[in-house]
Amino acid sequence: MLRKTKLLFLLFLFLFVYKNVFAKKEYPVPYPPLSPGIFPCMNCHEGLERNKKKRALKEMHQNIKIENHGDRWCYDCHDERNLDRLKLSNGEYVKFQESYRLCGQCHGNVYNDWQKGIHGKRIGNWKGEKQYLLCVHCHDPHSPRFKAMKPEPAPVRPDKATTH
Amino acid sequence: MIDFKEKFVNRRKLIKLFATGVAAALAPFAAKESDAKIDWEEYFQKHFKLMTKEEKEKLVKRLEQKYKEKYKKEFKVKISDAMQNVEFGYALNLSKCIGCRRCVYACVKENNLSRKPQIQYIRVLRMKNGEFDVEKSEHYYEPALVPEPGYFYFPVQCQQCKKAPCVKACPIKATWTEPDGIVVVDYNWCIGCKYCMSACPYFGRRFNRGEPVIPENEINTTVHYLGNRPRPMNVVEKCTFCIQRSREGKYPACLEACPVGARKFGNLLDPEDEIRQVIDNKRVFIFKQDLNTIPRFYYFFHD
Ligand code: HEC
Ligand code: HEC
Ligand code: HEC
Ligand code: HEC
Repeated sequence: MLRKTKLLFLLFLFLFVYKNVFAKKEYPVPYPPLSPGIFPCMNCHEGLERNKKKRALKEMHQNIKIENHGDRWCYDCHDERNLDRLKLSNGEYVKFQESYRLCGQCHGNVYNDWQKGIHGKRIGNWKGEKQYLLCVHCHDPHSPRFKAMKPEPAPVRPDKATTH
Repeated sequence: MIDFKEKFVNRRKLIKLFATGVAAALAPFAAKESDAKIDWEEYFQKHFKLMTKEEKEKLVKRLEQKYKEKYKKEFKVKISDAMQNVEFGYALNLSKCIGCRRCVYACVKENNLSRKPQIQYIRVLRMKNGEFDVEKSEHYYEPALVPEPGYFYFPVQCQQCKKAPCVKACPIKATWTEPDGIVVVDYNWCIGCKYCMSACPYFGRRFNRGEPVIPENEINTTVHYLGNRPRPMNVVEKCTFCIQRSREGKYPACLEACPVGARKFGNLLDPEDEIRQVIDNKRVFIFKQDLNTIPRFYYFFHD
């Protein structure tokens, strides 16, 4: 009996330590903004050879150009063996749902603010379940500068407003 | 004192009633029997804060019935109270705001604001970089794309002040501050005198000078008595941090619509909350601080 409690206690201790020390914090996110039909990437890439050369893509992904993102190229971020996931510089793999960790490697301050809710946006509940928008919901990873947009219409000027 | 005010209000409302009575005689469709009954009850309604739970529930039923007849839709009228240990705060990052007005229209839709005459709770002021001057600001800007080089944008809505001049200005206590900090209006009590509007230094309140018009397919039927329920004509209304959402734990609609994540909202009393992360870690400022109205709405600059 005593041994059982001891074991149970050890198990809880282990779980507690694991949860608080080793397990990384995961953030609930909306589905990544991948184009319809593009995932899984390996549907096509299973049979394609990898080509690490910097080039203008002609047969596919013609819209992808690396702009305002320094010297990056595809396999700095994508895992060349399995394109269905991303790769960190320490060799760890991450799902598209966790791409914030990829961005966080080089944008530590912004990542920090994002975790606190200062950079980026959370939706859902201020109290209770919420979702954190991924960096890539707002920044195209390949051309991350925030794009200008069309504003919604200005309010009606009082002199132009009709009475009914 | 209170007694006098109640009498005063009822008299005002009776005058209103006789006026509508004449209108009803002229408009054959408005003279349905149920309308008449419902309206009588409204004219002799108690102050919302003095009502018992049963009285409030009766009121809800009456309103749901009234809206069903008027809009041909099932409404859910909520009367949820403030949560315990919650005081709402809002912060807006002026470095991020691009003046796109997505917030303005999300608010219009969520809160059943009249499209014609047009009522908007949020006004986005455009100012020249380095020149913080409301007098020189422009809110009718309409370029092809935002942000425009050389400008920044300054959205203004009700600041939910702790020392709200609008609340003090109301002669009949038709507007007050709730325990969670939201300044509300009881549209059934408001007589439309607009004293509160003149008292507000932030242009936070709007007057319904016409019968509010909302496209039928855009009516939000999930409403709160003190918030986005359909407004009658000739009352004053305002932002309530989307009371129908925030009291259920949800973010206000303007926050969710913001494409740049400039808007932050939460419980000022919870140190872990994102609103506190902003206030505790960033330099925040308050609009027209010298007036000492103590807003629960903060602004900050942070890249
Ligand atoms: C419909 C088929 C198809 C799908 C789906 C697809 N790709 Fe590709 N991809 C291609 C083709 C074809 C090329 C070669 C283009 C060229 O060389 O012009 C390519 C090239 C690439 C390259 C350039 C490097 C290389 O090895 O050629 C990368 C990186 C890449 N794809 C990543 C992805 C990722 C990530 C996904 C999923 C999110 C994906 N692809 C989905 C067909 C596809
Ligand atoms: C800075 C890191 C980074 C670089 C460099 C990068 N990608 Fe990506 N890429 C991402 C991330 C993150 C996503 C996931 C976006 C999402 O979740 O919607 C992505 C998504 C994609 C997709 C799916 C796009 C879609 O339409 O949904 C394709 C295809 C792709 N990348 C190809 C490439 C190619 C080809 C290159 C090289 C020219 C490249 N990537 C370089 C990070 C990068
Ligand atoms: C390997 C490091 C690295 C990674 C990983 C990385 N970035 Fe960057 N990023 C940079 C550098 C360096 C710059 C500055 C580039 C420049 O000024 O040309 C930059 C610039 C940016 C900018 C500013 C662009 C502008 O000009 O306005 C944004 C936004 C950005 N990155 C977002 C992201 C996102 C989102 C991801 C994840 C998908 C990401 N970055 C991943 C290194 C990285
Ligand atoms: C809700 C949309 C949104 C999300 C989510 C978001 N950002 Fe941003 N980000 C912006 C906007 C808007 C700017 C300001 C753009 C500007 O100033 O040109 C910005 C600016 C940046 C910049 C350049 C300015 C700076 O402070 O260095 C970087 C880098 C950046 N973001 C990275 C990230 C990363 C990394 C994530 C995820 C951890 C992320 N962003 C999530 C909207 C977003």
